[in-house]
Amino acid sequence: MALKPCCSADGKPLSTASIASNFSDLHEPLGVQQAVAEANRCIYCYDAPCIKACPTGIDIPTFIHQIRTDNIIGSAKTILAENIMGGTCARVCPTEVLCQEACVLNNEQDHAIEIGHLQRFAVDHFMVESQAHPFTRNPETGKSVAVIGAGPAGLSCAHRAAMLGHQVTVFEAKDKPGGLNEYGLAAYKMVDDFAQREVVFLLEIGGIEVKYNQALGEHISIDQLRKEFDAVFIGVGLTNTYSLGLDNEDVVGVADAVDFIEQIRQAKDKSKVKVGNDVVVIGAGNTAIDAAVQAKRLGAANVNLVYRRGEEHMSATEWEVNLARTNGVNIHLWAAPNSIKGQDYVKAIEFNKTKIKHNKLVNSGQSYQIKADQVLKAIGQKLNNSVLTDIETHCGKIVVNDRYETSLSGVYAGGDAIQLGEDLTVQAVEDGKQAAHCIDVALMMKEVNHG
Amino acid sequence: MADLSCTVAGIKSINPFWLASAPPTDKYINVVRAFEAGWGGVVWKTLGVDPPVINVSSRYGVHKNNNEIIGINNIELISDRPLQVNLDEIKRVRKEWPDRVIIGSMMAVIEESAWKELAVKIADAGVHGIELNLGCPHGMCERGMGSAIGQVPEMVEKVTRWVKEVVDIPVLVKLTPNITNILWAAEAAQAGGGDAVALINTVNSIVSVDLDAMAPTPVVGSQGTHGGYCGTAVKPIALNMVAEISRNNDTKDLQISAIGGIENWRDAAEFIALGADGLQVCTAAMLYGFRIVDDMIAGLSQWMDDKGYQSLDDFRGQAVGNTVDWNALDMNFDTKALIDTESCIECGRCHIACEDTSHQAIAFDVAEDGKRTFTVIDDECVGCNLCQHVCPVPDCIDMVPVDNGLPEMTWPEHPLNPMNS
Ligand SMILES: Cc1cc2nc3c(=O)[nH]c(=O)nc-3n(C[C@H](O)[C@H](O)[C@H](O)COP(=O)(O)OP(=O)(O)OC[C@H]3O[C@@H](n4cnc5c(N)ncnc54)[C@H](O)[C@@H]3O)c2cc1C
Ligand SMILES: Cc1cc2nc3c(=O)[nH]c(=O)nc-3n(C[C@H](O)[C@H](O)[C@H](O)COP(=O)(O)O)c2cc1C
Ligand code: SF4
Repeated sequence: MALKPCCSADGKPLSTASIASNFSDLHEPLGVQQAVAEANRCIYCYDAPCIKACPTGIDIPTFIHQIRTDNIIGSAKTILAENIMGGTCARVCPTEVLCQEACVLNNEQDHAIEIGHLQRFAVDHFMVESQAHPFTRNPETGKSVAVIGAGPAGLSCAHRAAMLGHQVTVFEAKDKPGGLNEYGLAAYKMVDDFAQREVVFLLEIGGIEVKYNQALGEHISIDQLRKEFDAVFIGVGLTNTYSLGLDNEDVVGVADAVDFIEQIRQAKDKSKVKVGNDVVVIGAGNTAIDAAVQAKRLGAANVNLVYRRGEEHMSATEWEVNLARTNGVNIHLWAAPNSIKGQDYVKAIEFNKTKIKHNKLVNSGQSYQIKADQVLKAIGQKLNNSVLTDIETHCGKIVVNDRYETSLSGVYAGGDAIQLGEDLTVQAVEDGKQAAHCIDVALMMKEVNHG
Repeated sequence: MADLSCTVAGIKSINPFWLASAPPTDKYINVVRAFEAGWGGVVWKTLGVDPPVINVSSRYGVHKNNNEIIGINNIELISDRPLQVNLDEIKRVRKEWPDRVIIGSMMAVIEESAWKELAVKIADAGVHGIELNLGCPHGMCERGMGSAIGQVPEMVEKVTRWVKEVVDIPVLVKLTPNITNILWAAEAAQAGGGDAVALINTVNSIVSVDLDAMAPTPVVGSQGTHGGYCGTAVKPIALNMVAEISRNNDTKDLQISAIGGIENWRDAAEFIALGADGLQVCTAAMLYGFRIVDDMIAGLSQWMDDKGYQSLDDFRGQAVGNTVDWNALDMNFDTKALIDTESCIECGRCHIACEDTSHQAIAFDVAEDGKRTFTVIDDECVGCNLCQHVCPVPDCIDMVPVDNGLPEMTWPEHPLNPMNS
């Protein structure tokens, strides 16, 4: 499917209208005719590989078949039954390495079904057409669950726990829900305030209270929550960032890519977001790509993305790397920053060329400078350990067992914060859902034992 | 290039493709456009005795598979224009297109004078032949015409004889498929002196129910009625009826103008292989326009060239001898499905079809690395072909004949046939 092209600045500032167009939907949603034609291509595999490739295990052949039979509300219910954030996932999942990679049509003769676009078609239709929340709660269990963090992991856990009959309270540090759905995902993937609309829809299940401006470590503590609730789920994501470890890193113009993206996401008028003319992005994942592409779409003349290893090592998918290239981002490989130039504000950044020697990344001895008036660091986020005092972590992530339980009994965790976290929205949703089931089993078992 | 000319009931045509009596052959302008496009002939939209009929609004319903129309259901009547207007236009086209065939289609109530007077008027317009519409299954039959006559062999014979008595041009008798046995009607047409049978007319049908209006489609106001079904979906019914006539001893010499679901050259070839002398098309033209005849002509002659057939007679009826009663089939013939693992895309459709609804003959395994394999268990496979049909990959599943060394044996000869003990 064709992507909307990016109006490029080439040195001149972009008009407000061009910027608004650059931040409109990256993919036009499918129309009914396109959706039905695409659904008709689906072979309706038995025991389909795409289902296994979806972290939330959506019954993909069934939901596509339901589009085919014009049961689009039913199709959306099939999706939402496994993934309550099916709408966001349809917009942001790297389907090329998930469900669509597994599609049996993904061969030399053909190409994979556009599962993501079809999923969006069904869920969007549901959100527009249907008044009632599709799921009902089991009878009240009398048990309570505290969820920390209103990102995809936390909200997914809250929804499923509420559905299973528990009373849920969500504690969120910020004043808005959604986590990175609201603050992190690229703006052109999440137009029209979709993150907030989805949260409103999700909360319609009932049995969930969300308390804002309640930060763990500041306003609440795990000890206190353990006393007050029957179970606790931690879905705080990764709120700290890594620094480059260079002098001068706090000079004006050097910033974390996630903060830059958050500014873009929160700006009603994107043309009000400050962007440099010569932007350098350091990193090779989702965040780096999204920062670079969005800088370009805001009107930066030159955007250089620099990564210290080769393209095959980039954690961004091939599709995302191509997106950056087609948006005019220059990608420099095998170069690591060694110093930031500029006194009061950044002027340039110098890189050492790198190579692999004896399986180790080393400097090759050569270096070069790239002119920069804005440097965006996207070299990874990490857990804010300080708020998790008693909980065991490993390599900066929370350790959980196969029941999503942390080293503290009755305290569960999921999403980016846990060790197995894949840094994908869909994985966070699955973690939250599964953790809710584990919590349910544990609470109801206790009930039986005590009763 | 192969010779596509043919003769139907003694009428020569430059190719076998005629437009069937229906809206495409309704008036001068359509027919001229059809001839410009290359159609060999037309059967003019059925004419009746004045005053002309009046049609309702909303006339078609469709049956779709995915987005493709596979059948049309219509509730139209015969020509709704005055007889003389039609006859004048027929005369004019006949003069302007001397090398193309025009057949006049007609119907009347079961009254000798009505049939005779109308037939003479139409013949006088200069048509090559007359087709008796004994098949329209909606509306007209409620007035004692169309299939009301076609469903009674005695009446078929009678009206055929009436018309033959007053005209000296060939008479084609168009049959309705809405009967128990097509042979009764074909034999009656033959007995009445008909020069050919034309079949099939449309099949009684309701193609869908409008679930808001709670009425069958097409909805006229708030109600619907059953209509006549045609298009590619009826081809199997038409093929069988044509074959029945071709392979029946008493009717095998009857000329056949085959109609029903012909959309492309392959359909055409199949009807001719089952004995059709000429062909008629309606729905395909209604759906795609007259231009589809291009590929019917080009495709048929290309296929004939490839096969080395120089004329239609070279393969006409070639499949008739191989169309036999079930009792003549070889019970010892055996095939097994063979799945080509190279081209298999691992969709599992063959497995679930066989497992749930056939003979549990396709084993399904998932390897450590996730590779899915589907293997036919020969001992369980009965050679039903279901897996081959549901497989989305062309030529991935082959049905391989087994050399079991057993002699040909029919059911009547079979030792397990209770009649033999
Ligand atoms: C820039 C960027 C782009 C991305 N693009 C994609 C993409 O295209 N596709 C994709 O699948 N994934 C993408 N991801 C990854 C995806 O966003 C995450 O995997 C997902 O959001 C993780 O969900 P989570 O609920 O674990 O954490 P988060 O989404 O981070 O949510 C955590 C929530 O907890 C709250 N919180 C944090 N600390 C506290 C505290 N102490 N007390 C109370 N509340 C707290 C936060 O405010 C937040 O609301 C992207 C990530 C980034 C950063
Ligand atoms: C709208 C419509 C009107 C028709 N009218 C007539 C008719 O007046 N006389 C007739 O003999 N057959 C009539 N038919 C039947 C066609 O001539 C033909 O027998 C039938 O459609 C099957 O052929 P097909 O599958 O190529 O359409 C009509 C069919 C349609 C769709
Ligand atoms: S031919 Fe029929 S019985 Fe044999 S494997 Fe295929 S589906 Fe099963």
